[in-house]
Amino acid sequence: MERPKSTDPLVTVRDLVFARDGRPIFRDLNLTVARGSVTAIMGGSGTGKTTLLNLMGGRLTPDRGSVEVAGETVGSLPRKALFGLRRRMGMLFQSGALLTDLDVFENVAFPMREHTRLPESLIHHLVLMKLELVGLRGARHLFPAELSGGMARRVALARAIALDPMMVMYDEPFAGLDPISMGVIVKLIRELNDALGMTSIVVTHDVVEACGIADYIYLLGDGRVIAQGTAVDMQKTDAPEVRQFMAGLPDGPVAFHYPAPEYLDDLMARERP
Amino acid sequence: MSWDLGISGLGRRVIGGVGRLGRATLFLARLAPALGVALARARLIVQQLYMTGVLTLVIVLVSGAFVGMILALQGYNTLVRYDAQSSLGLLVALSLTRELGPVLTALLFAGRAGSALTAEIGLMKATEQLDGMEMMAVDPLPRVVAPRFWAGWIAVPLLAMIFSAVGILGAYVVAVGDLGLDGGVFWSQMQSGVSVTNDIMGGLVKSVVFGFVVSWIAVFEGYDAKPTSEGVSRATTRTVVSSSLAILALDFIMTAFMLRGL
Amino acid sequence: MQAKGMEFTVGLFVVAGLLALAMLALKVGNIQVLNAGETYAVTADFNDIGSLKPKAPVTVAGVRIGRVARITVDPVTYRAIVTLDILKKYRFPRDSSASIQTAGLLGEQFVSLSPGGSRRDLKNGGKIRITQSAIILEKIISQLLYSKAGHASGHN
Repeated sequence: MERPKSTDPLVTVRDLVFARDGRPIFRDLNLTVARGSVTAIMGGSGTGKTTLLNLMGGRLTPDRGSVEVAGETVGSLPRKALFGLRRRMGMLFQSGALLTDLDVFENVAFPMREHTRLPESLIHHLVLMKLELVGLRGARHLFPAELSGGMARRVALARAIALDPMMVMYDEPFAGLDPISMGVIVKLIRELNDALGMTSIVVTHDVVEACGIADYIYLLGDGRVIAQGTAVDMQKTDAPEVRQFMAGLPDGPVAFHYPAPEYLDDLMARERP
Repeated sequence: MSWDLGISGLGRRVIGGVGRLGRATLFLARLAPALGVALARARLIVQQLYMTGVLTLVIVLVSGAFVGMILALQGYNTLVRYDAQSSLGLLVALSLTRELGPVLTALLFAGRAGSALTAEIGLMKATEQLDGMEMMAVDPLPRVVAPRFWAGWIAVPLLAMIFSAVGILGAYVVAVGDLGLDGGVFWSQMQSGVSVTNDIMGGLVKSVVFGFVVSWIAVFEGYDAKPTSEGVSRATTRTVVSSSLAILALDFIMTAFMLRGL
Repeated sequence: MQAKGMEFTVGLFVVAGLLALAMLALKVGNIQVLNAGETYAVTADFNDIGSLKPKAPVTVAGVRIGRVARITVDPVTYRAIVTLDILKKYRFPRDSSASIQTAGLLGEQFVSLSPGGSRRDLKNGGKIRITQSAIILEKIISQLLYSKAGHASGHN
C-alpha cells in the first residue's frame, strides 16, 4: 500500500490561525501536500475542512500564518496574480456548481472560452476528450437540471480539469452519492490524478473511500492536525481520537453531548434562563 | 414601553435602509469597470437582451394596447363634456409619452424581468455557481452581472417607446372605430400639441433613468442576497418593492424638473 | 443555429423599439415642418398675444407653413414682437395680415396669416403691419359685464 512519495510539496500550510465570526477554526495548523499525491483531509463536521480549501483557493485570507501553493503565498497575492494561480487549480464543489443556463458541453467549455482563444474545433475536441475521461461524452447536450447528483459531479470534474490544472481540490466528493456513483468518483479521482500528473486534495469525512485512494491522510480536530500518515498508519494507531473517527464510534474524546448543564439540574429548573 | 420599541424599530429600519443604499452604491462603483469590460463581449449582452427584453415584450405590447384603449375611453368621456373630444389624440399621446409609457413599462419590467434577474443571480450565488466561477478565475461581475445590467438598461427605453406607440395605436382604434372620432383630427391634434424635444425626448430620458435604476436594484439585490432559498425569495420581493418606489419617486422629481423647463 | 435565431429576435426587438421611437417622433410629434426646408423670418407686433408660445404653428388657410420662433417685448411701445419662421416656398404679399387664434375653445393658440394684394412680397426680416391680437375670453366677459353694469346704472 506504500506509494512512492515525492518530497517536493505543492501546498504548504504553516502555523495557520483563522477565526470566523469570532469563532476560532484553525488554531495552529501545519500540513503539506506532496506534488503528485492524493491527499485526504479528514475530520468531523465543522472542523473547517471546506474553510481550508477556501484558504488554499484564496477566497479567504489567514489571520496569521501562511498558505503557499506552488511557491506563492496565496493570501497576499494581488487579484490578478491570484486569478492566474487559480487557472492552475481546479475545484470541485459539493453541489457541482455547474452553470444552470449552459448545457454539459458548454459547462466544460466554459473555462476554455473564458481563458483561451482556442478555435472552436479545438475546443470541441478538448471538451469531448474531458467528457470521455469522466464517461459522459454521451450526455453533452443535457442541462444540469437533467443530471443526477453523481453525473453532475462528474461533469464538474471534467470542467475542473478542463485547463489541465496542476491540482484539483475536491470538497466532499463522496457526500450524498449512491454506492455506484461513489465508486465511479473514487476511481476517477485516482485515475485522473495519475494519468494527468495532477495533485489532488480530497476533503471528506468518508473514512473507507479516503483510505482507499489517499496516499496520505490528515485528520483535523480542534483547529489543528491531530493525526497524519498513510491509510495503514491511521488504521494501526491507537490514539483515541483517531480510533473514534476511523471506526465511527458515537462517543469518545469527541463527546456525544453538546456541552450542557447536568441533565437533572436542567429538568428541575422551572424557568428558562 | 411599546411606543419606544416602535420608535427604535423605526430607527433600526432607517439605519438598515441607509446601509443598504450605501452598499448598493459601493456595488455600483465596483460594477462600473466591469460594465466597460462587458461591452467588449456584446454576445453576452445580446443573450441577456433576449432573456429580459424580448420576454417582457409580450406583456408590454398587451398592456400598452389596453392602457391606450382605456385612456381613449376615459379621455373621451371627460373631453366630451367640454366639447373638446378632438383633443383626444393629444391627451392620449401626451399621457403616454410623458408619463405612462416610461413609468408603466418600468414597473412591468421590474415585476417581470427585474425580479427574474434578482432570482437568477441569487440562485447562482446560492448554488455556488458564482463561487465556482471565482475559483475558475472568472470574475462574475463582468461575466454574469454586467451583461444583465446592460441588457436591462437598454431594454427599458426600447420597451417604453414600444409601449407608447402601441398605446397610441390602441387609442386610435378605439377613438376612430368605436367612438367615431375623425382619424385625421386624432393625428393632427396630436402632432400640433406633442413636442418632440420636450415630450418624446423627455419620456425617453425618463425611461433611460428608470432602466438604469431598475437594473441596478435587480442585480444588486441578487448579488447581495443571502445564499439560501429564503434569502433569494426575500431579495426578489425587495427588488419589486424598491424598484417600484424608486421609479415613482424619480418620476416625480424628473417631472417637476421637466415641467419647469430643463 | 440556435444562436442565430436568438440574435435575429433580439435584432427584431431593437428595430421595433427604434421604429416605435421614429413613429413617436414623426407621426405623433411635430418634427416634420421644422426641418422640412429653409425658412425666412418676419416679425409682427401685437397688443396682446394671449397665451401664444414659441414653437406654436403658423398657418395660412389652416395649413401649417411655419412656426413661432421668438416672442419679445418692444421696450418703447410695450407691444409684443413675435418672430415667425416661414417656409421659403411660401411667399406672402407685404400687406398680409396676422392674427392670433385659438384652436377650439380651450385649445392651443397659433398665428394665422391672411394674404393681402400687394405685388411685393415680404422679405426676410420684414414686418407684418396689420395684426389682430388674441381674443382673451376674460376680457370679453368682463367687458360684457361692465357694459351691462353701465346700462343698469345709466337707467337709474
